[in-house]
Amino acid sequence: MDLQTLTFLFVGATFALYISIAFWAKAGTTAEFYVAGGGIHPIANGMATAADWMSAASFISMAGLIAFYGYGGSVFLMGWTGGYVLLAMLLAPYLRKHGSFTVPEFISDRYYSKTARVVAVICLIIASVTYVIGQMKGIGVAFSRFLEVSYETGLLTGIAIVFVYAVMGGMKGITYTQIAQYVIMIIAYTIPAIFISFMLTGNPIPQLGLGSEMVDGVYLLDKVDQVVTELGFAEYTTQARLSLTNMFVYTLSLMIGTAGLPHVIMRFFTVPSVKAARESAGWALLFIAILYTTAPAVAAMARLNLMTTIDQPDQAQNLAYADRPSWFKNWEKTGLLKFEDKNNDGLIQYTGDKATNEMVKVDRDIMVLANPEIAGLPNWVIAIVAAGGLAAALSTAAGLLLAIASSISHDLLKGVWHPEITEKKELLYSRISMAGAIAVAGYFGFNPPDFAAGTVALAFGLAASSIFPALMMGIFSKKMNKEGAIAGMLSGIGVTLLYVFQHKGIMFVQSTSFLGDMDPNWFLGIEPNAFGAIGATVNFAVAFLVMSRTAPVPKHVEEMIENIRVPSHN
Amino acid sequence: MVKNSDYWKSNIALIVKCLSVWFVVSYLFGIVFVDVLNLVKLGGYKLGFWFAQQGSIYTFVILIFYYAKKMNQIDEQFNMHEK
Repeated sequence: MDLQTLTFLFVGATFALYISIAFWAKAGTTAEFYVAGGGIHPIANGMATAADWMSAASFISMAGLIAFYGYGGSVFLMGWTGGYVLLAMLLAPYLRKHGSFTVPEFISDRYYSKTARVVAVICLIIASVTYVIGQMKGIGVAFSRFLEVSYETGLLTGIAIVFVYAVMGGMKGITYTQIAQYVIMIIAYTIPAIFISFMLTGNPIPQLGLGSEMVDGVYLLDKVDQVVTELGFAEYTTQARLSLTNMFVYTLSLMIGTAGLPHVIMRFFTVPSVKAARESAGWALLFIAILYTTAPAVAAMARLNLMTTIDQPDQAQNLAYADRPSWFKNWEKTGLLKFEDKNNDGLIQYTGDKATNEMVKVDRDIMVLANPEIAGLPNWVIAIVAAGGLAAALSTAAGLLLAIASSISHDLLKGVWHPEITEKKELLYSRISMAGAIAVAGYFGFNPPDFAAGTVALAFGLAASSIFPALMMGIFSKKMNKEGAIAGMLSGIGVTLLYVFQHKGIMFVQSTSFLGDMDPNWFLGIEPNAFGAIGATVNFAVAFLVMSRTAPVPKHVEEMIENIRVPSHN
Repeated sequence: MVKNSDYWKSNIALIVKCLSVWFVVSYLFGIVFVDVLNLVKLGGYKLGFWFAQQGSIYTFVILIFYYAKKMNQIDEQFNMHEK
């Protein structure tokens, strides 16, 4: 069967599965809509969390980033996993004990303030909306490359599928779909990796293959280092991202941001107990780790395969442009791969020197998707990768949309404006806000704003500088009052936004970047994307300062904190 | 309430212990001392590189399960477990 038919078959089958789950898992109460009834098994929730967490960025982009940044790409590996340790120990169990439906609801109860709730909702919506735009783009790109339909048709199909299961089933429908999506995603990611690892090193386990010898007896990583340095690129295993200080702060920002992202925290409201919340975080990270420890192998092997396909030790033997393989031609069509014959010899030179390099564009995002083709794997493997990429984008989009919808219907409508509405009405409103959130996300998918590229960093920055500190202080400090928490959140966001905007432009419009996007102006040499940890530090400092000068917390809140710190109900 | 505060102290002590390991494997082994550790090799991996791209992640998973298990014991010890 040809690739096209196989891909339609695989993607069609997975979509049919998601729709069937939607009809089976229809939500009948608000508890089912917001937290899937609170009865999800910790392992099942772990799997759903892994799918919720691993987005198009993890599935498609991350290995590509590592392939080109080498050691410097480690910030994403450590940053996007280490946050779960913080989540498991500092947030999830206590928030589960409190038993609220949303993150802003906890903040509202703990800081006895509707203002705090509204501030939290604003942070949540900015963080989640920016994040969901990236997923929408991922859906459109995956469709247009693999099914050769237009970007718009692909996006519309994706939106329709999410609409059915998210509006009908809420968290319940999303949870069971995410479990299915995790399974599809992990199969799609590991199968090509196993094939390629076996072909290169004879070891089918990619995590071990990466540390093994190749057929010629040279260690794979030594080979990668040798090939890239000979061609004038930085050494793969030691190239740092700007500086070690920057890597340190970047990793910390991603970890704190991960722990503070509402769509991830919310997943821990669906398990039955505090004990289950702790364990479930472990399962979630285990399921994530399967992909995250495979990614470095995919990255190094893809880089090696790409370079050795093009460049030969003797330059005169390099790949001739006329003989380029079909994957090369396919990706050229998308504009993500570009060749320019600078010396007119008809051969391709791919080097680290800008003046002689003829591969003028190699988009990082094509690495995972093109990898199976570069390695010459069978068509059914490539078809699975397409279904996996779509599963990754859809599962994360659904989780984010629920976070947005529930903060509107539960926090704003029910919590602030109309506390008197009945449960039945609230369920209806939650469905309407879900539909509204999907419409907004879809709109941005069709008209990606200029700032789309920089926005995921913004999401992490906001989560790290506002939500994480507010939650952590709410649990670990009995004295933190509403004035402190609100001042902390606002100044944390303020500092982070100011730093990002002054270097990247207001709302990412380049011409308005009043300090310019250049390293000499960076504070301690820290790149804007890595600034969340500094914002969090400011948040903590301001919160404690303001707290020391304002009224202490009321008695009933102190009791509430005592209560969330222990699992038992007495 | 005395019982509650003892329980909470045990929890904090355990968190501090776990987060120290979390800090050492990622920030120290994976970033600050990466060059020194890279002098040692683990198969084809430079050790610092291995911690940054593999070892820290494995440690994180073990840490969470360890914390969950220890907390279950502490819950029982202080009779704080869910009934």
